[in-house]
Amino acid sequence: MGFFRRISALVRRSELNREIDDELFEHIQMRTEDNIAKGIGPEEAARQARLRFGNPTVIRERVDAEDASAGLDSFFRDARYALRGFAKNRAFTLMAVLTLALGIGANTAIFQLIDAVRLRSLPIQSPRELAELRIVGGNRGFGITDSPYANFTIPMWQQVRRHHDPFSGILAWREADVLVGKLSEAKHAHGLEVSGEFFNVLGVAPWQGRLIEPQDESSCELSKAVVSYPYWKAQMGGETITPNTTIQAEGRSVQVLGVTPPSFAGLAVGDQFDLAYPTCTPPKIRSEMFLFNVMGRLKPDWTVERASAYFDALSPGLFEDAAPPGYSSEVTEKFLAFRLAAYQAGAGVSALRDTYDTSLRLLLAITGLVLLIACANLANLMLARTSARQREVAIRMALGASRRRIAIQLIIESGLLAIGGAALGVALAQPLSRLLVASLNTSQSSIQLSIATDWRVLLFAAAVAGLTCVVFGTFPAIGATSVDPISSLKSGERGVAGNRERFSMQRLMVVSQIAISLVLLVAALLFVRSYRNLMTVNPGMRESGIVVGYFGYSMENVKPENEAAFKRQLVDDVRSVPGVQNAAATTNTPLTGSSWGHGVRVDSIEGESKFTYASPSYLATMGVALISGRDFTAADTTGAPFVVIVNQTFVHTFLGATPPLGQLVHVRPEPQYPERTYEIVGTIADTRYNDLRGETPPLAFVPIDQFPVTAQGPGAAMMIATNGDPAAITTIRRAIANKHPDMILQFFNFQEGIRDTLVGDRMMAMLSGFFGLLAAILVVVGLYGVLSYLIAQRRNEIGIRIALGAHRWQVIRLVMRDTALMLLAGTVVGLPLTLLAGKSASAMLFGLKAYDPVTLIFAVALLAAIAVLASWVPARNAANLDPVVALRSE
Amino acid sequence: MAKNDLQGALDLLILKTLSQLGSMHGYGIAMHIESVSDALLNVEEGSLYPAMHRMEQSGWVGSEWAITESGRKAKYYRLTAAGKKQLAAREKNWEQVVKGVQAILRYA
Repeated sequence: MGFFRRISALVRRSELNREIDDELFEHIQMRTEDNIAKGIGPEEAARQARLRFGNPTVIRERVDAEDASAGLDSFFRDARYALRGFAKNRAFTLMAVLTLALGIGANTAIFQLIDAVRLRSLPIQSPRELAELRIVGGNRGFGITDSPYANFTIPMWQQVRRHHDPFSGILAWREADVLVGKLSEAKHAHGLEVSGEFFNVLGVAPWQGRLIEPQDESSCELSKAVVSYPYWKAQMGGETITPNTTIQAEGRSVQVLGVTPPSFAGLAVGDQFDLAYPTCTPPKIRSEMFLFNVMGRLKPDWTVERASAYFDALSPGLFEDAAPPGYSSEVTEKFLAFRLAAYQAGAGVSALRDTYDTSLRLLLAITGLVLLIACANLANLMLARTSARQREVAIRMALGASRRRIAIQLIIESGLLAIGGAALGVALAQPLSRLLVASLNTSQSSIQLSIATDWRVLLFAAAVAGLTCVVFGTFPAIGATSVDPISSLKSGERGVAGNRERFSMQRLMVVSQIAISLVLLVAALLFVRSYRNLMTVNPGMRESGIVVGYFGYSMENVKPENEAAFKRQLVDDVRSVPGVQNAAATTNTPLTGSSWGHGVRVDSIEGESKFTYASPSYLATMGVALISGRDFTAADTTGAPFVVIVNQTFVHTFLGATPPLGQLVHVRPEPQYPERTYEIVGTIADTRYNDLRGETPPLAFVPIDQFPVTAQGPGAAMMIATNGDPAAITTIRRAIANKHPDMILQFFNFQEGIRDTLVGDRMMAMLSGFFGLLAAILVVVGLYGVLSYLIAQRRNEIGIRIALGAHRWQVIRLVMRDTALMLLAGTVVGLPLTLLAGKSASAMLFGLKAYDPVTLIFAVALLAAIAVLASWVPARNAANLDPVVALRSE
Repeated sequence: MAKNDLQGALDLLILKTLSQLGSMHGYGIAMHIESVSDALLNVEEGSLYPAMHRMEQSGWVGSEWAITESGRKAKYYRLTAAGKKQLAAREKNWEQVVKGVQAILRYA
């Protein structure tokens, strides 16, 4: 009852007061009546009763205080008082709330992303029971790995599918794009190849129709599929699924069984699948291909640790049975030594998580620092405000308000600001994190993350707001209540010289701001310069005007033994398209992530080298310089001696000082790739291989005509040099589609493709740059505010100095000396912090070290310029002070 | 040492009075304490009402407005369950305080 009474009492405050009045009045009346009963005259009786009672107002106040001390009432009274104060001081309130909203919003936005990729559970039944099976330490480059999530070959999957005691159900899946629509204009749809138990084990219920079930796992021809909710809505118009619903995919008509619920996007966080289709056991199993990701639902009495122990014990037999043939015994040994273990997978798997984990953590740290600077600014604002209110505080304390009471009042004020800032910040965080995700999209793919303000995000925002409130609210509160009311009342708002202690508190804030913003500025400069380095790095080959094309054809039309000739013809077809300067087929496109290698032996040195099989026109097309020997010719066919062109790193690694031309390169056998011996006929300059950052590995080029017949596949990649016409892609597509109507055609701009690999660096450069700028602005505001305040406090002193004949430049020097001291202190504190922070970022930098002296010096110089800029106006104002006015106002 | 000892005396007197009278207004409580103690104890209004309201906020006493015998409107207080528990604790506490004080006084 008490609580609700108090709440309702807030509304009917006056009523409650009247009730107390009534109660006390009745008391006096009763005593008066008793007095009359004792025989005293009415007037005298009333007088005595009042005398006995004492001052009714005082008693009422005391009773009222008892009611109010329950806290809630006084809290609301303070809050009302604070709000009135804010309304009177709109500029201050707006500034404070906006600063906070920006700081809290930025932090929340980053946290929201971390939440989405790392913390949130999959929208499936009991996600905590889901566990992923992986080889401990990964497959260490063994065989061929299809995707970042691919941990299982088909034979491995067949083994665990039979033996999985810890799991009540087990599933396998992989991401494999599906081409939908007409072939020559086919679009990629994000496909999920799933085992029959997939949806049952996850506990995902159909939104419409039915989902894939074990009996669907039969033929390897794509015939039935399940679509995701967004795909159904966008591509199929959200029409009801019937047994006759079909879509065009992979050149045939595919039956749509049903739709998954809107919440389910797949098991890889950040990827939204479009189509899911049942897996199959192909007639020819490539047992060295890692294809699948395998997960299971733990039985109630099994933990991940126990399950790991089970699978560890299972591993020797499993890998024995699943070992791929065709490898040398030492390589096979490596495979047999693999061990499986189970890992929690309730939050799904995510390449985003692995790629951007460090970036997101760093960004959270950066935004945290920005918030700290904002807090320091606010603390200074609050300090200035409380000292402007010193008289008010002094009077209240003189009237008997306790220190605690005043401190509570000030903390309530900061709390209200923090709440306002947090509310606005959370609202701001939504668009911010969407923008961030969008900035990571590439021309080829987009990231689909559901950014939601869930309880974790709200809790985070509340915690940040609470923390900021403590940081910027406590100092002013301590400062204000340690005031001695008497001296403060005596000296008024301005003394000849102010309170030293509080000045140093404000200075401390500015010094820490300078220190922190040095860290942020250096981070911003490092990331921007690193991105610039990446953008301008010379990869050793032509980038502009190059188009990468993929040509997919059916193996039914082209026999493996005819493929070499077919590809040669295709290259000629492309070359004859107007606007095309040159073209070359290749088995590996450079700088876009993919990679291919073989184990080699040169003389007695064993090792690994990257291998690319390319047309004789490759070096000319890509503008790679031949250093010695000869280029490939049309005569280097399967029948001719096997030849190879190697790069300089290959020469250094395997040959040292030996002249490379004429040396033999032995390639170790592996499935589809027989043992071979090549003769080195030429050497080329080192170029970047599969990304811009990596060291150049040993690289060997082999004529594409000598590509092993056994390894031929249904398609070719081509590097096409054009004259830079943006319409080139359309022209090539039209020309080839005319000649080969059944061919699957895909093209992308090589330069854009390379840039796409840099989106993470671009994001870091943009965001750290933005936050560095923000930090600089906050420092300007903070420094300006504090200097103006200090000068206002020292008006009299400065006035006296000028009256006594001080020159203007001397006054300016007085102010500037202050700035210089704070700058020096901030830099001294900030530099070690910067070096410490740089360590955590060094792995992400390209072409420069975290302790890059040029960057450090530049950042310090920038800060100094900012500081001078911020103090110039207050300094000039001080110098222009009219001593007469300044002294008279005392 | 028992807590709330001497200051708690007024609370104890009020709680005890309410347990004896059932329901009573402030004036009645004051008169009762005065008459039962043969005017030895005199409750100040300035202490009585803040104490009544404090106990009400703590939930030891409840209140309602009712008509007195002489036809006046007055705020009547009565003990709540929490108040009864509080009274028992306070009584025990008080006995210990008295014992303690007597021990000090008798010490020669």
